[in-house]
Amino acid sequence: MQISVLSGKGGTGKTTIATNLAVIMGGYYVDCDVEEPNGFIFLKPNISKSKDVSIPTPQIDYTKCTLCKKCVQVCQFNALGIAGNQVVVFEKLCHGCGACLLACPDGAISEKERAIGKIDAGQSGELKCLQGVLNVGEPMAGPIIRDLKEMVKEESSLIDCSPGSSCNVVKAISGAHYAILVTEPTAFGLHDLKIAVELVRKLKLPFGLIINRGNDDNRMIIDYCEKEKIRLLGVIPFDRRVAEIYSRGNLLIEDEHYREIFEELAENIREVVRCS
Amino acid sequence: MKVCVSSSGKEKSSNVDFRFGRCSYFAIYDSENAEFKALENAGIASAQGAGIAAAQQVVDEKVDAVITGNMGPNAMNLLKAAGIKIFGAAGGTVEGAIKLFQENKLESIEKPAPAHSGMGNQKRGW
Ligand code: SF4
Ligand code: SF4
Repeated sequence: MQISVLSGKGGTGKTTIATNLAVIMGGYYVDCDVEEPNGFIFLKPNISKSKDVSIPTPQIDYTKCTLCKKCVQVCQFNALGIAGNQVVVFEKLCHGCGACLLACPDGAISEKERAIGKIDAGQSGELKCLQGVLNVGEPMAGPIIRDLKEMVKEESSLIDCSPGSSCNVVKAISGAHYAILVTEPTAFGLHDLKIAVELVRKLKLPFGLIINRGNDDNRMIIDYCEKEKIRLLGVIPFDRRVAEIYSRGNLLIEDEHYREIFEELAENIREVVRCS
Repeated sequence: MKVCVSSSGKEKSSNVDFRFGRCSYFAIYDSENAEFKALENAGIASAQGAGIAAAQQVVDEKVDAVITGNMGPNAMNLLKAAGIKIFGAAGGTVEGAIKLFQENKLESIEKPAPAHSGMGNQKRGW
């Protein structure tokens, strides 16, 4: 059972919701926001294992290469070029699809593994934690997200997706059983929420909504939910305590009041997930 | 000597396009026989690596020099590997740029622009 947590934009407190909920619900917390994973800052797991994630990139054997250019033509990612008498490999554009290897008539291409990031595994109390980290400057998050999802395929897990609605988000939520959308009660929040709603609807994923930093403007979001028949899972109110706890890098559920809110939220989620 | 100018149109009088990877045309002038032609940039529609696709096209034309506004690091690598020199144009027409080039009045570009700088708004202020 995978539950994905996403938001139409950054800064809605998605990670706050995901980390606190994960502790209450147990199982796995999986940070798929590989460009900027920060769930571990709050969960503080002791990392017991790390492994590299790599993709294959072509390597040219010039004793065999005839500069026929077939590899360049077949690469749909423009990761190869021929200039002078060499095949230039633009590693960062290479998706490791292997097409060039198949296309080379002279067996001049072999593959070598190139690390693009890593996956850390650890434990925070009872909660098992995973995070993907994409190396700086690497454009392709896909393989790391795929490996992360593969590791928790059969497990109860809460997947913290990257903000927005990019293809990385799609990769992170595909195969999930339920999606939790996080928004805040502002005009911008509502605007981005609509984009996220469109996305999960397109993927035919059952979903519900959490309002973070709730205040007097909640009505705006609630009206939208009623109109669109979206299930409101709960509201996390905002008060000074939140900012204080957050700035210390701690979990909100350390506060008794917030723990109760999150426990109720978890109960709501368990119920809708059972029914959907 | 064959020189290629990133161009916004097919004519000698067309304006230089400052974006290499995402320019509309490559205007190619061969001083040996005074031949002029314009090729559509085949890389323009690439989802990624437009600069590389464009550079490959230029390499395949066996030009000696490229005149453009700015060029990303990948395209520059490929052109350099092919021994093609890269020069900067400040604006004006294709014909004007070629003339300045022949008079040795263009500066060579050694440093790439940040990747993807040719995307987005075409009418950035200059
Ligand atoms: S493996 Fe695929 S993406 Fe990489 S260079 Fe070969 S064809 Fe291009
Ligand atoms: S397809 Fe093989 S032989 Fe042809 S250029 Fe590429 S590496 Fe060389």
